[in-house]
Amino acid sequence: MALNKQEIAQRIAQELQTGWYVNLGIGIPTLVANYIPKHISVVLQSENGLLGMGPFPFEGEEDADLINAGKQTITTLPGSVFFDSATSFAMIRGGHVQLTVLGAMEVADNGDIANWKIPDRMVKGMGGAMDLVASADNIIVAMQHTNKRGESKLLPACTLPITGVQCVKKIVTDLATLEVTPKEGFRLLERAPGVSVEEIVSKTAGRLTVKGDVPEMQF
Amino acid sequence: MNKVIANATEAVEGVKDGMTLMLGGFGLCGIPENCINALVHLGVSGLTCISNNAGVDDFGLGLLLQKKQIRKMISSYVGENDEFERQMLSGELEVDLIPQGSLAERCRAGGAGIPAFYTPAGFGTEVAEGKETREYNGKMHILENALTADFAMVKAWKGDTDGNLVFKATARNFNPMMAMAGKITIAEVEELVAPGELDPNFIHTPGIFVQRIFKGTDYEKRIEQRTVRPRD
Repeated sequence: MALNKQEIAQRIAQELQTGWYVNLGIGIPTLVANYIPKHISVVLQSENGLLGMGPFPFEGEEDADLINAGKQTITTLPGSVFFDSATSFAMIRGGHVQLTVLGAMEVADNGDIANWKIPDRMVKGMGGAMDLVASADNIIVAMQHTNKRGESKLLPACTLPITGVQCVKKIVTDLATLEVTPKEGFRLLERAPGVSVEEIVSKTAGRLTVKGDVPEMQF
Repeated sequence: MNKVIANATEAVEGVKDGMTLMLGGFGLCGIPENCINALVHLGVSGLTCISNNAGVDDFGLGLLLQKKQIRKMISSYVGENDEFERQMLSGELEVDLIPQGSLAERCRAGGAGIPAFYTPAGFGTEVAEGKETREYNGKMHILENALTADFAMVKAWKGDTDGNLVFKATARNFNPMMAMAGKITIAEVEELVAPGELDPNFIHTPGIFVQRIFKGTDYEKRIEQRTVRPRD
């Protein structure tokens, strides 16, 4: 069975390590916050100017001055801190954020990512994505393995305008966990429960390396 | 040094057709609502607006877009605004999309007297086209120029009559850098107090960056995405 969005988020949450500062992008990445293991302590960074992002407020306690990068009303936690946008991106560009999780329209087998523009159709802008992918040492992409037309989103080269070059380290899709390596392209690490290697191979257009028995993801 | 002016109408005095403006805010959070309304009434056009976002159709910078007062937008993300998209795709509106961190730093640099800087953001992408590149520490960077503006319009929570500002929560965002980068910086505040009432240890923007300050009125503070959780 292919994973749903919550399960993709849950799998990515297993990657978190205590002490990390983590930036979660909009969409599936935001859901990762719901699955942080109890024994792991991380601090969530929101690039509009908050470290220590808390859960959504209770109804009636929303504050228009307190939002996350997705413009959703949120709360703070003990130890939270606010700062301006230049300071926020100093944290990101300066390598002080240990993990960035973001969505993508396409990822190439050399780690290039495209997630900001479809020429003549969707031109909303890159927001903070280009700064994030250019600077973070550890970038995990959360996305569906194929697009709505059933075409692979894991490609030999991006067809859309790229957001960053050779930056994606790991990908969790509804079908698989893959590592992006310079020598072997996409390396298959895990299958979603009940998904065959053959299905993953058939839905991966970029260079894919499969070695030995590929285990199922554990939840 | 009293910088207090009466209201938003007085604040935008001197804004002329074709000028470059900076407007603080992230989404609809921390935007100078009073100044934007005053610009609509002033009727200036051909503006270049530097702002992280472009508001929504009927609020924020969307109000200036509706009246076709903006010629060019410099932003990082402009979703959530149908009129914006229409004007951009039809070519009526010129749009320069730049990475959010580069936008923030370009404003900061403009205010800090640094003409340009190298950043890795955007290397190898459309953003790098026509820009100088250089390798530092084994990594490629692109040269980004500083930004300044004829007027910067920022929104703070509290301010004193000398122009010292304190922002609230994530409504700070781009406001401090833009305050630095305006030739004339206008601050609108929710609470205007006498000098000495703000603790000097906790001022975010020193008044040296602010030329005009006034107490704003009728803040709507619209929420773009109201997300809540159930009470247990």
